[in-house]
Amino acid sequence: MKPAAFTYHRARSLADVFALLATHGDAAKVIAGGQSLGPMLNVRLAQPDHLIDLNDLHDLSYVRDAGTVIAVGALARHDDVASSELVRSACPLLAEAAGTVGHYAIRQRGTMGGSLAHADPAAQLPLVAVALNAEIDVASARGRRTLPARDFFVSVMTTALEAEEIIVEVRFPRLGAREGSAFELFSRRHGDFAIVAAAATVALDGGRRVARVGLTVGGVDAVPVSLEELAPRFVGREANAEWCAGFAQAARERIEPADDPRIPAEYRRELCAALARRALERAIAQAIGR
Amino acid sequence: MFERVNVKLNVNGQAHELLVEPRKLLSDALREDCRLTGTHVGCEHGVCGACTVLVDGRPARACLIYAVQMEGHAITTIEAIAAQGRLSALQEALHEEHGLQCGFCTPGIVMTFEAFLRKRPDPSEGEIRQTLSGNLCRCTGYHNIVAAIRKAAARMRGEENHAGA
Repeated sequence: MKPAAFTYHRARSLADVFALLATHGDAAKVIAGGQSLGPMLNVRLAQPDHLIDLNDLHDLSYVRDAGTVIAVGALARHDDVASSELVRSACPLLAEAAGTVGHYAIRQRGTMGGSLAHADPAAQLPLVAVALNAEIDVASARGRRTLPARDFFVSVMTTALEAEEIIVEVRFPRLGAREGSAFELFSRRHGDFAIVAAAATVALDGGRRVARVGLTVGGVDAVPVSLEELAPRFVGREANAEWCAGFAQAARERIEPADDPRIPAEYRRELCAALARRALERAIAQAIGR
Repeated sequence: MFERVNVKLNVNGQAHELLVEPRKLLSDALREDCRLTGTHVGCEHGVCGACTVLVDGRPARACLIYAVQMEGHAITTIEAIAAQGRLSALQEALHEEHGLQCGFCTPGIVMTFEAFLRKRPDPSEGEIRQTLSGNLCRCTGYHNIVAAIRKAAARMRGEENHAGA
C-alpha cells in the first residue's frame, strides 16, 4: 500500500503545468486533492513516473457568480462548493450533490476538477455536470476550449481531455424561477460510491403544469445517462405524484444497467425508479417554493 | 534510483527537516521521521480515517498526502490536542462516555471532530453520524462516540451539562 517511486513537481502556475505536461506527456499525472488518485497510487493501479501537484494554483480555487452561470474553479474543494451560500441558493443541485461526496475529510481536499477528470461512472459531480449540461473549460499550452459536459464523459474513467490538457473551470447554469432540483443516491454505506444516483430538474409554468423536466441517472452505465428523450411525453401535464411515478417508471424502462454478480440489473432498475420518483417529487416541491 | 528530497514540515507549530522520497506518505513521515506516532495507520487508501490530521485546520487523510506536498502548510496531529497535559473537551467526553475501547481509531475521530465542531458547533445527531461515517471503529458500535461528541459539543457551546452527575 505504498506508491511506486515518482518524481514530484510542484507547479506554481498554469504555464508550469503545461510545460511539465509537454515534457513528460503520458509519464506524468496531475494531482489536485488526491482523494481518487491517491488511493490509486497507493495500491499501484496508477504508477506515473512524474507527479505534478496543482495545489498551489490558488487562482483556480473559487466559486463565483458569473451572471447566468455559477463558475467553479477546478481546484474548488467539495466542502467549499457544498457550503457556499451562492451555490446553495443559485444551484442547489450542485450543493446537495457535492455535500454527499465521500466523507467529511475527503470533501475538505477533493476538488471539482479532480472529480470530473476521474470520471467514475457512479460519482456525484459528473452526474450533476451532465444533468445541468455544465460547460467545462479545459486548457493546455495550445489554448483553452469549452466542452459541454455531455461530450466530456466518454466512458468509464475516460474523458475527452487530451493528454496535455487539464480542467480549469466548470460553469453551472443558475436555477430559474419556478424551477426546482433534487439529488438522490443510494449506497450500502455512507461515503461509498452510489449504486444508483438520480438528479432531477423540473420547471413549472405559472400554475402546476410542467414546463421543462430533466432526469439524469448515474451508476447504470459507463457515463451518466440523461433521459431527455422522455421529457416530451411528460411536459405540459400536471406535476403531481402520479406524474412523478409515471416518469420514474419510464426511466426504469429506458435504462440498461449491466448485470453484476453482486448487484442484479433488476435491482438497479428498482433503485432508478425509486430514486427518480423521490428526486422528481422534491424538485417539484422546490419549484413551487421559488 | 530512489531520489530523496529535502522537505520542511511544520507540525504542531514545530519545524521538522526531512530527507524523504517523494512517495513517502505524510502518515509515514509523521510516524517515522517526526516520531509522532499518535497518528495511526489503518487502510492506507483513505477509507478508514485512522490517519486523519489537520492540514491548515481542515481534516485530511494523511495517507492520501505525500509529505513533499506539505511544505508551506500547517499540520496538526493528535499530539497537539492535549499539549498542556489537559484533555480537550472532546477527549474528556470520549473518556467519560466510554467512546473508545482499543483506541486505534480514536486519534482520527478526535482530529475530524475538533475541526467539525468548530465549524458546526450545534450539529444534529444525524450530522454527527454522517460525519463519523468517515472513521471506522470496530469496537464501540459508535453509540458512545456519538454520545461523547454531543456532550463535547454542548460543553464547547458553553452549555455545561451535569447529566453524568
